[in-house]
Amino acid sequence: MVAYGKSWSARLTDGCIVFALLVVAALSLFPILNSVAISFSEKAAVSAGRVTVLPVDFSLANYKTLLADKQFFTSFGVSLQRVALGGVLQFVLTVLMAFPLSRESKRFYGRNVYMWAVVFTMLFHGGLIPWYTTIRSLGLIDTIWALVLPGAVPVFNVILLVNFFRNLPKELDEAAMMDGAGPWYTMVNIYIPLSLPALATVTLFSVVGHWNAFFDGLVLTHSPEHMPLQTYINTLMVQPAQWEDMDPETLKTLMQTSDQGLNAAKIFVSMIPILLIYPLLQRYFIHGIVLGSVKE
Amino acid sequence: MEPKRIQLHYHLMLLPGMIVLAVFHFYPMLGAVIAFKKFLPAKGIWGSPWVGLDNIKFMFQISDSREIFLNTITIASMKIVAHLVVPLLFALLLNEIRIRYVKRWVQTIVYLPHFMSWVVLSVIIVNMLSLRGIVNQALGLFGIEPILFLGSNTWFPFVLVGTDVWKEFGFKAIVYLAALTAINPALYEAAAIDGASRWQMMRHITLPGIATTVVLLLTLSLDNVLNAGFEQVLNLYNPLVYASGDVIDTYVYRVGLVQSQYGIASAVGLMKSVVGFVLIVLSYQLAARFANYRIF
Repeated sequence: MVAYGKSWSARLTDGCIVFALLVVAALSLFPILNSVAISFSEKAAVSAGRVTVLPVDFSLANYKTLLADKQFFTSFGVSLQRVALGGVLQFVLTVLMAFPLSRESKRFYGRNVYMWAVVFTMLFHGGLIPWYTTIRSLGLIDTIWALVLPGAVPVFNVILLVNFFRNLPKELDEAAMMDGAGPWYTMVNIYIPLSLPALATVTLFSVVGHWNAFFDGLVLTHSPEHMPLQTYINTLMVQPAQWEDMDPETLKTLMQTSDQGLNAAKIFVSMIPILLIYPLLQRYFIHGIVLGSVKE
Repeated sequence: MEPKRIQLHYHLMLLPGMIVLAVFHFYPMLGAVIAFKKFLPAKGIWGSPWVGLDNIKFMFQISDSREIFLNTITIASMKIVAHLVVPLLFALLLNEIRIRYVKRWVQTIVYLPHFMSWVVLSVIIVNMLSLRGIVNQALGLFGIEPILFLGSNTWFPFVLVGTDVWKEFGFKAIVYLAALTAINPALYEAAAIDGASRWQMMRHITLPGIATTVVLLLTLSLDNVLNAGFEQVLNLYNPLVYASGDVIDTYVYRVGLVQSQYGIASAVGLMKSVVGFVLIVLSYQLAARFANYRIF
């Protein structure tokens, strides 16, 4: 865009826009800060509703209770485990699938069939019940594999990577072939190093997805040792099974007396890993998304 | 065409991923037949007796069905509109700013809620919307009585839409921002030379420039008309707001898995999958025709 003349009305508009954007950013941050502040405040102040963005009557009581909560740390560990296992598995499968699918159908006979099959899984699924009964019949219920295997092929990421691979110059392939490189060599030594921004994006989505997943843990695990973190936090809120016999008044009271401070502390700790890796990978993913979506 | 032995390697690469998809996606699709059977867990899917269209007829009879379909479509439509407009406005505002560090910081902050799970966010939202929370305190300054937002059928849909927009607008704005930067700067320069004001530039250059992107996003979001945000609703709802907040997916989960009424839940789920499939195919056809958009 051009540089405007320094007319005061243009500067005023600029100022208003910056102000509006800062308000928007503040609105995005505010709810999070509110809960963090609640976690560091005295219970009395929280119940009285005096906490806004800063702690009132600073207290570490909630965190002391948290440290004593064994289940929290067990679940934290389960989530770390699933991020590691699931993340690696997803990464490997994504690359393994994206590379052949990125070959043209002239060169890879049957490529279109595979691609349609893959895309079809995004369009239609058999429903929750069959999915559950399948996993149950494989004996995976209540194991870490129930959390890692069903989602092991992240179809959206595969398609993103296929598009990215297709945008790499064809000359690379030809040069590699002339030098006698086989498909595995080409994939590992040429395509992967060139795709680091897209791979970083895909990994970020994968890691965050596993960390934030709660529903599969809810349905597929029963025992506390296998419960992932988000599922555990979810159990702190009132559970559907308990509601059916409650009258509205009891329910309303129950909604008011949940331990806000302790819950806030738990979610803050569960957010820490995300908050840590987010700034590191943030610069990659914007680039990566746009790259992955460019069509020819 | 590549020599057969290289093709073999492509097939090998695809094999692990396809096995995972076959087991966890294609096989459960067959399980959708539960919708046509009276499912008895003891006999499994294949041994249970066939009841034909009884479940589907039953589904049309119970009053719940109309309510959940209506809720789903209302909430989902509101979300579609909000998700088109808010990120666009934000992207337009952000695009007007030249100061780089304001731009980067605002973006970093605004993307953050996207990476948090609904479990965590529901704790934050409950904290904010509780009777003594920030929002009601602020309302109190204007003399308004505290409102139990999460227990009121009038407010609950708006809470759902509002918090979803809050969570996602930053991330969704990325696509708009990419489209905005793709507009040729020479157009703006020519306009400035001709004495165009900021608003005129926006009306005649910016908006037409991203019109294709907007239409594309609108078309692609059609298939989401039945997805009202399962994880979000599951975390935020309770019996007090079933009338306005219960959507297809939460109904299938609660009635199917928690209350074990497999037949009716599968019928509802199957209906959703089929309608969803039709909508997705339709929207992709429209997108391909109008905006030349292809997934692969």
